Amino acid sequence: VKPVTTDGVAVERAPATDLLSDEDRAELLRFMMLMRAVEERGLRLYKQGKIPGSFYDGRGQEAVSVGATFVLASGDSVSSPLIRDLGSHLVRGTDIADIFRHYMGRANPISRGREGNVHFGDRRLGVVGMVSMLPDMMLVANGLALAYKLRGERRCSLSFFGEGATSPGAWHEAMNWASVDRLPVIFILENNQTAYSTPPSKQFVVDPVNRAAGYGIPATTVDGNDVEAVFGAVWRARERAINGEGPTLIEAYTMRMHGHGAHDDARYMAPELLTEWEEKDPIRRYSATCAERGLDVEAIRQTVLDEVEAAVEQALASPMADPAEVLDGVFCDHEPEPLGQGAQPWSGHARTHA
Amino acid sequence: MATYLQAITSALREEMRNDDRVFVMGEDVGAFGGAFKVTDGLLAEFGEDRVRDTPIAEAGIIGTAVGAAIAGLRPVCEMQFSDFVACGFDQLVNVAGKMHYRLGLAVPMVVRLPTGGGFSGGPFHSQNPEAWFMHAPGLKVVAPSTPEDAKGLLIGAIRDPNPVIFLEHKNLYRRVKGDVPEGRYVTEPRARIAHAGTDLTIVTYGAMVHEAVAVAEASEASIEVLDLRSLVPLDVDSILASVRKTSKVLVVDEANATCAAGAQVAALIAEHAFEDLDGPVRRLATPDVPIPFSPPLEQAVLPSRTTIGDAVDELLAY
Repeated sequence: VKPVTTDGVAVERAPATDLLSDEDRAELLRFMMLMRAVEERGLRLYKQGKIPGSFYDGRGQEAVSVGATFVLASGDSVSSPLIRDLGSHLVRGTDIADIFRHYMGRANPISRGREGNVHFGDRRLGVVGMVSMLPDMMLVANGLALAYKLRGERRCSLSFFGEGATSPGAWHEAMNWASVDRLPVIFILENNQTAYSTPPSKQFVVDPVNRAAGYGIPATTVDGNDVEAVFGAVWRARERAINGEGPTLIEAYTMRMHGHGAHDDARYMAPELLTEWEEKDPIRRYSATCAERGLDVEAIRQTVLDEVEAAVEQALASPMADPAEVLDGVFCDHEPEPLGQGAQPWSGHARTHA
Repeated sequence: MATYLQAITSALREEMRNDDRVFVMGEDVGAFGGAFKVTDGLLAEFGEDRVRDTPIAEAGIIGTAVGAAIAGLRPVCEMQFSDFVACGFDQLVNVAGKMHYRLGLAVPMVVRLPTGGGFSGGPFHSQNPEAWFMHAPGLKVVAPSTPEDAKGLLIGAIRDPNPVIFLEHKNLYRRVKGDVPEGRYVTEPRARIAHAGTDLTIVTYGAMVHEAVAVAEASEASIEVLDLRSLVPLDVDSILASVRKTSKVLVVDEANATCAAGAQVAALIAEHAFEDLDGPVRRLATPDVPIPFSPPLEQAVLPSRTTIGDAVDELLAY
């Protein structure tokens, strides 16, 4: 997938087969299909003028957010899924109709119309919504991890960022501090080879995976289009985190298949590169894997499409956000509720606790 | 009797004893006790977990505090000097300040900012950055002028479910002493009359309260000094009540003049109390220059008893 760099970092293809049951595999495939179906439907709603602003998707990158978040236990947190990481919200259990309501600026409990596109997070599910200043939320992930560590809890936080987000200072501050305090945090470097229009060659000379060594943080590259490889690497990182061994950086090497947003035709990208990566599509690949194991891939796809259509109908029947409430909630006027707990669909947690 | 600095330390100690969720972090706050010794003694009582020396990383300190706060802790961060908060500005205005409005997620944290000039700190150790944060929705901003208020406002800030910017004026740390109640108490973030009068109101906050009170005490006229205590929320009712009583207003900021807290005060008076005025709203603030180092230069730009007194006399004669 990614050539071995001059500094000798090899691409890892982590087999995770002994950690996953076939029910888990069906779930991994379902979540990836769900992410794609929600985003394909969202893109259509955008083109129909029903979604204001622009629309951002993670086509071709579904294995990263789904595979990484699937590892988490309910008490873990995500800070934050980015605009290519809708799968993270889905794995945590975010209501799909609410996602469409949110996209369309309709009344909804997760952003109340104050936010759009993938700038949201259901606090009740342990997900903190992203900000646009990347990678600011790495520092917030560190803070969550610090709280877990201070309270002696076996929990971790997970943070996503792109390769372009390794350029600002916040990346350095987060990497350095996480290592100094051995924080139970997992950093997912989602290298989709394009930061809006800027290629990695204009972001850095030294690969971020190699830079991690300078912070004393173990790092590895995985095939970001292989959901089990992502899962396996993140599983190991989580084990390290909850056992007090500190942070891990995982680069998921992938490709952005659409423009930065729906307004961007991405003509700056080489068409042959996209053709090449279309062959590596994570859903097509994993569908084949699942079919070989006897799973009913078509049934999963149909369930997903039905679920998304029902959610869209509910969302379209919902009222727009109410301007009478637009000034509410700048400040909190009650006892704060800390971040809540999300779904933990991976069967391994149940096995661990049994 | 306690100094302003001792009152701040007392607030931290009392709340750390009272609530296990409260912890402090910042640069050199542990064994060294902070650049101004505000956290001196806390490490010995509470240990390294709750009195945390951090890397030199202001965005890191504030961003980490946001995460700890939403995980259920009550972080109190120290910026070594208020000037350095500029390095963590993004985390405050974009991450902390917008979090509850966007996501319904409360961020109960305090950022302590040692502010102000008057002792040759120069352009990077003398600023009064409060107006930056007044303009950013979702952040509360308080600025005590007395030891009693310093303790009560800080305890209130720690208990507040929102991010609070706590401005502590360096020039008051050891210079100002006063009675400080024992135990835990919260000072409401409302303006207080620091000196009662009927002829003219000086609206100010922080270190300038003491300069204004000195002018009021020396004046033959009856001068009221209103100590704002809190800039967000701003106690508009108390400001307007005082203006209605005296009909003349001088607004004093130690901060740079343009868009300062006092500019907002003046605008509110112009909008809501125009009919009660018997003269123009007068403002006195530091001109729009960085705070210079050399004593005669610094004294030339900061408001003082002399310049406040002159402005009062001019306005009284209007």
